[in-house]
Amino acid sequence: MTMTRFGFASLAGAILAASVTVSAAPALAGKADDTLNVAFALEPEALDTYKIAGREGLILARHIYDGLLYKDLDTGEIKPALATSWRFVDPTTMEFDLREGVVFHNGAKFSADDVVYTLNTVLDPNYGTRFRIAVDWIEKVEKVSDLKVRIKMAKPFAGAIEMLADALPIYPAAYFKEGGSAGMAAKPVGTGPYRLVEMTPGIRYAFERFDGHYAGSPKGKPAIGKLVVRTIPELNTQFAELLAGKLDWTWRIPPDQASRLASRIQVVSGPIMRIAYVGFAVTGKGKDYPTKNVLVRRAINHAVNREAIVKAFAGGASQVLNAACNPKQFGCAQDVVRYDYAPEKAKALLTEAGFSGGLDIEMVFAAMPRPVAEAIAADLAKVGIRVTLNEQQYAAGVQKWRAGELPAFFTNWGSYGTGDVAFIISNFFGGGADDLVQDKEVIELVATADSAQDRALRQENYAKALKKIAEQAYWLPMYDFNINYGLSPALVFKPHPDEFARWWLASWK
Amino acid sequence: MLPFLTRRLIVAALVALAVSAVSFGLMFVAGDPAVVLAGQAGRAQDVEIIRQAYGLDRPMPLQFFSWIGKALTGDFGTSLYFNLPVGAIIAERLPVTLILGSAAFLLALLVSVPLGILASIRPGSALDRAALMLAVFGQAIPSFWLGLILIVVFGVWWSLVPISGTETWQGYILPVIVLSYYAMPALMRMTRAGMIDVLGADYIRTAQAKGLPRIRILLIHALRNAILPLVSLAAVQFGMMLSGSIVIESVFAINGMGRLAWESLLRSDLPVVQAIILILSLIYVTLTTIADLINAWLDPRLRSA
Repeated sequence: MTMTRFGFASLAGAILAASVTVSAAPALAGKADDTLNVAFALEPEALDTYKIAGREGLILARHIYDGLLYKDLDTGEIKPALATSWRFVDPTTMEFDLREGVVFHNGAKFSADDVVYTLNTVLDPNYGTRFRIAVDWIEKVEKVSDLKVRIKMAKPFAGAIEMLADALPIYPAAYFKEGGSAGMAAKPVGTGPYRLVEMTPGIRYAFERFDGHYAGSPKGKPAIGKLVVRTIPELNTQFAELLAGKLDWTWRIPPDQASRLASRIQVVSGPIMRIAYVGFAVTGKGKDYPTKNVLVRRAINHAVNREAIVKAFAGGASQVLNAACNPKQFGCAQDVVRYDYAPEKAKALLTEAGFSGGLDIEMVFAAMPRPVAEAIAADLAKVGIRVTLNEQQYAAGVQKWRAGELPAFFTNWGSYGTGDVAFIISNFFGGGADDLVQDKEVIELVATADSAQDRALRQENYAKALKKIAEQAYWLPMYDFNINYGLSPALVFKPHPDEFARWWLASWK
Repeated sequence: MLPFLTRRLIVAALVALAVSAVSFGLMFVAGDPAVVLAGQAGRAQDVEIIRQAYGLDRPMPLQFFSWIGKALTGDFGTSLYFNLPVGAIIAERLPVTLILGSAAFLLALLVSVPLGILASIRPGSALDRAALMLAVFGQAIPSFWLGLILIVVFGVWWSLVPISGTETWQGYILPVIVLSYYAMPALMRMTRAGMIDVLGADYIRTAQAKGLPRIRILLIHALRNAILPLVSLAAVQFGMMLSGSIVIESVFAINGMGRLAWESLLRSDLPVVQAIILILSLIYVTLTTIADLINAWLDPRLRSA
């Protein structure tokens, strides 16, 4: 997540915010022609959902396509979408009754063939689906009748329903068969509430409300008729457009800028699933890092004044974390060991670990603001831990981290915007390639929880795992994120913690 | 002239090829493209699948030669990010940069060359100092700052021009001004210095003694000689403008080659990066070759060099 694209953002922002106070009230262009003007700083990818990694492209895709199910995040309820009802036939077989009378943007009628062809295509590893976790639990999809399909699961997977809820969209089979992924990228066709009418890839996307969107859709009939999405990389330029009334929606405004803009435009802040953390190399992959010692890891947890860091840099309603997950996620137990800020205790722990003279470690940070990394390093220096701080692009950093070349890695994780701890601790503590801890006990607990259908059983095992993770101080959990949205004063928009903008729910005041 | 031209063209082609090969290698040094493509939510397993799906597991020289082989036939491959032909993406963005760069270059020349000549007539005069001030400001003001100030004044306060984007021709006005402003100081000072140098030469005194009109001496006798270094500098400046300014394109949300190159680098979109580098190195090489030819035409002594 890039907070500011260039370092000059706040300087210029100050000039901008100060100078516009003399200008007239913004003209509300978007409301006048019923067009929601949106700006992203990053370019959306090709609009084949299965190959998108970035949030921008995924948001656009959810306006074009629908999944079998839908999750109402306000109530947590799973609602029928392209499927009207579903059931488990046996522990690894799900059956879906499909909705009748749904049409795609190109006029094709929706049926079981679309579901079967789409899902069977994208779960083939050769297709190159970007996130295997989204589809690797499916073995195959079978047609039972024109409006009935069965999903045979490859393994029990607790996140299955969550994934089917809008993350696995259904494409029109005939069209998809003809053009493949490139065809979907060139001209996306779905059943969603908006249809794409014009596209300059990465630059500009124009949408219109799809009048044929099926009745009874959990997304409903959108109140706003048109969407125009543009890429404006520079935040200050976005602010200028907002203040001039030519832009209605933008996001990821840094906290200091948000407070300056709040008097001029509508600024809304919302919590998201993403959390910041420092991971420690515990196995070391053959290297003898001080972080292999639990006492050192606990010392680090005691040495960093997270309360102060959150207050100074995170902004909004961010809070200090104790467990290695977001408290908003299912299974994120909070009754774990808490490491309060206690530099003296940290020093004592280091002495006990045999580092009375202090120690040196390297910490790489990626996709995190430099001031926060520097604050952590400064706190650690106070107890005698001398940190060599290096900033890297996420890809370069994570590559070193996975290779075991770093004792500590400071970054963040968004859990795919999903409110379930399976999407965070299973990856980092489940024994896979991203698990640099390899704690046998934790791996077993996570595996039990991941494959159980019973929520209480899952909760219990995740809690045990999280307790052990905290007790062993495998991570230094930092804080959860909030993001600020800059909106036209005339717009009604509700942010959601999964970082998916739902413009089909937006309206004009 | 023909052997000179042939020699220049062979060197030009070799330079473009070498730039391409080096940059290809650097992309892999900078970070594993498969990890970048997997994105921040990508797990170690996802990276392996991407590596195979995009053929990134093949030996690097093999990847390079298979790429260059196709590129020579005009097939730049498919963008890993947009899943669209690279040629189509570049066709979308190159014209934007060409318009912006050419307009800014022309504006810069139209302002800086006459100013440089005027300043050189009486060094130390008020006009010379004013021109110098313009040059100092031009070099000292950061382009993002100037861009944002212009946006606030002309876009937000007075609503005279669009704030960002190039959907209409008015959208080009501010970025052309900002981009050209950065080329002006060097061009102007080069013109001024060259002219002052030449105006002190013996043949100018002879021309004056012959009683030739002052304007003729300035524009025909002096400028032709003073302009040689300017032509080389102008070629490089023009090349820079055509390769796009990342900062200016970002500030004005212009989707030209500069930003496409920058964004593609960040997301390891290898085919796009390679195509841009090839095209830009060709543009540079062509421009410097043209500059050499113009200079050779202006000054016959250079032809045998």
